Amino acid sequence: MKDFAELFTRVDQTTRTSRKVAALTAFFQSASDADKLWCIALFSGRRPRRVITATVLREWAAEQAGIPLWLFEEAYPVVGDLAETISLVLPPPSREEDRPLSDWIAHLRTLSAQDDAARKVGILAAWDVLPDIERFLFTKLLTGGFRVGVSQKLMTRALAQATGIDEAELTHRLMGDWTPDTVTWTSLIEAPDPTAALSRPYPFYLAYQLEKTEEIEPVSDWFAERKWDGIRGQLIVREGEHHLWSRGEELMTDRFPEFATLKDFLPDGTVIDGEVLAFADDAPLPFAALQKRIGRKTVPRKLLSEAPAILMAYDLLEQDGTDIRAQPFDVRRAALARIIGSLPDGLPLRLSPEVVARDLEGLTAERALSRDLGAEGLMLKRRSAPYLAGRKKGDWWKWKVDPLTIDAVMIYAQAGHGRRANLFTDFTFAVRDGDDLVPFTKAYSGLTDAEFRQITAWVRKNTLQRFGPVRQVRPEHVFEIAFEGIQSSTRHKSGVALRFPRMARWRQDKPVAEANTLRDLHEMLTQYGS
Amino acid sequence: MARDPVLTFTEEGIYCPAGDFHIDPWRPVPRALITHGHSDHARPGMGRYLATRAAAPVIRHRLGDVALKTIEYGETRRIGGATVSYHPAGHVPGSAQIRVEVGGEVWVVSGDYKTVDDGLSEPFEPVPCHAFITECTFGLPVFKWTAPDILAAQINDWWAANAAQGRISILGAYALGKAQRLLRLLETGIGPVFTHGAIENTNEVLRAQGITLPDTTRVTADFDRKAHPGALILATPSGLSGPWAAKFGPDRSTAFASGWMALRGVRRRRAADRGFIVSDHADWEGLNSAIRATGAERVFVTHGYTSVFRRWLEEQGLEAHIVSTEYEGESLETAEDAA
Ligand SMILES: [Zn+2]
Ligand SMILES: [Zn+2]
Repeated sequence: MKDFAELFTRVDQTTRTSRKVAALTAFFQSASDADKLWCIALFSGRRPRRVITATVLREWAAEQAGIPLWLFEEAYPVVGDLAETISLVLPPPSREEDRPLSDWIAHLRTLSAQDDAARKVGILAAWDVLPDIERFLFTKLLTGGFRVGVSQKLMTRALAQATGIDEAELTHRLMGDWTPDTVTWTSLIEAPDPTAALSRPYPFYLAYQLEKTEEIEPVSDWFAERKWDGIRGQLIVREGEHHLWSRGEELMTDRFPEFATLKDFLPDGTVIDGEVLAFADDAPLPFAALQKRIGRKTVPRKLLSEAPAILMAYDLLEQDGTDIRAQPFDVRRAALARIIGSLPDGLPLRLSPEVVARDLEGLTAERALSRDLGAEGLMLKRRSAPYLAGRKKGDWWKWKVDPLTIDAVMIYAQAGHGRRANLFTDFTFAVRDGDDLVPFTKAYSGLTDAEFRQITAWVRKNTLQRFGPVRQVRPEHVFEIAFEGIQSSTRHKSGVALRFPRMARWRQDKPVAEANTLRDLHEMLTQYGS
Repeated sequence: MARDPVLTFTEEGIYCPAGDFHIDPWRPVPRALITHGHSDHARPGMGRYLATRAAAPVIRHRLGDVALKTIEYGETRRIGGATVSYHPAGHVPGSAQIRVEVGGEVWVVSGDYKTVDDGLSEPFEPVPCHAFITECTFGLPVFKWTAPDILAAQINDWWAANAAQGRISILGAYALGKAQRLLRLLETGIGPVFTHGAIENTNEVLRAQGITLPDTTRVTADFDRKAHPGALILATPSGLSGPWAAKFGPDRSTAFASGWMALRGVRRRRAADRGFIVSDHADWEGLNSAIRATGAERVFVTHGYTSVFRRWLEEQGLEAHIVSTEYEGESLETAEDAA
């Protein structure tokens, strides 16, 4: 596993894309087929199942390190990662063994079939021959938490460089629900079997936020529609079967059983890009309604009637079994409209309506209606553009409405995880209520590194009390919190829950007395809430 | 009447009532005994200073013309009712633990220390005592330093690989101690070594007092990176990440040398290409072995993971206390000279 550990280190430590790709390419040029396949699997989120619970693992590690469990627990939040804490506290290996990555994965998968006593023997033996990063990686794989700072896009680019196969073609080959058990390096990468790919989705085309409105002029070159606030999905109907994929390449078919009827009406070889929405009485329900369905593998009848789902169709990617992504948007959209127009009423599939505007002013006015219509903003698509893969600038733009904001007081701080383990980055914010401060949200992101360093130094000097890893701090600093939505919540003392809260600005100019109040928050709930 | 303790902890710093002096005080006092020249230990504004002969040049360089007297390691001196002596702390050249004895009771202030021999500083010597005042910057069992020979190989391999590609290597380290210690690990056959001004100033002071360091050249404004493709640049932590580093070309490789590099999260956060795990403070094992070696029954912990470390020491059967001080440990984010 030395070569994989070396790859991980090089990729993990540099921020430069070119060096990450170079490290991956080097690995793909030298590793065995089995290791290459596992590397692709791991870097595309296909992790082996968790072998053992974190609780047991930390007990074994503490025991092996000769330290009390409480001391391990104290070190864990400082390190910010369980597998790393384990690999650091353990004594150095008594001897080193360099077995290939795929070997170690096979080892840990045999462990999962064994009882606890045998697992312990197998795990301690592995720890005792693995140094540093290798030990860390093995433990990561044991806990089922392997993640790495490389996008699938970069991995695919490196794979293209190492194999000479076109990057877009590889992107497509890597999609779908394969695992290293169902494919081989040859069948996945070098000589893919066309019939194995019936459920395989196309890579999603993603848009950037529009920064300058000049980009979308003349307006007549652009097609506008609502940016619906649901789950982006791809519906595939091939050979009488249907599959629904999320943007995160997760198969959601069973979560939305209502779409099963579509396979009886849509022609074979149809692939539609759209938004899954909870929808009733001709209008989308708030995202909260859909949220109830996201976490469940099967859906109780009651939820099906309370939050019925539809697919709001944006685009057609495959028609009669032919990939039509290279055709202009206008052509694809017309074909999509024809297909949907020929369907009977009452099916859970709708055509996302075009937003017609003569000029930029008209579009701006339409965008302002978004929140009232339950949309996040507008989507703008160049009428002549093909359907690309991944996030690209130029032909598609999302033009979201400005977020809601509220000025809040920071009252608790906690150190971050992973690369932010040394900084305070997780904060709890409160609004004023008379002389009290009522906590209402947490936020983690939005500040610059320099600001995080500055606030960290301040937190260290202004801690009032500690509760484990959480510090109560002097209520002195006001932050502008931006968020996308607000809903009532009985789980929170404030009575509200926010969607996508983040720190928009550190209002060093504002005293606490000028922060917003609980009443302001409840007014927002009445106006925008659900 | 109850006797005063040998040392007490006051607003100004650690104080000895019997001798009427302070050790590493952070507020102006008439008489200051200084463990070493880092800025969180040797501060301006004291009436008189006492430090080891080897620590004195750096203190003079940093604080100017102050009333500084020197003492040899192991030499005893009577100050009021106290007997004082300085013993090697292994932290930076000239750094000392200060032993204070009053009426047969011995307390030791360790200042900053490490137990591993860095090949530059006078190696740490355990001093038997009744009470030991220690820092615990790295007082968690996740901190274990890389062995010196492996560390040297890691750094030289990284440098050589960069040099082979015509890439400049920039290594970030504190100006006093860490930088010179790393300098002595470098295989100078790989390429020329350049230094940030703050490091070169310290080098000059140390060379003048007889410490041998490899040849280095100060980086000047007109540095021509094309002329030195395989060079290694020794930089201060802030120089490493600041605009200063830009002159070494977009293809430069950066590395940072610190005990904090033991943590992957911190390594990633520094956004350097490499992190070398090396510190002038003691690691977990170093702290524990140093404390054991003193035979002390009472331990005072000053800075670092104090509450965790105190609990650990209590479970080892020691009487442990936390005292709050203004020492900074090995900081990643603040004044780079404090350590
Ligand atoms: Zn120091
Ligand atoms: Zn210090």
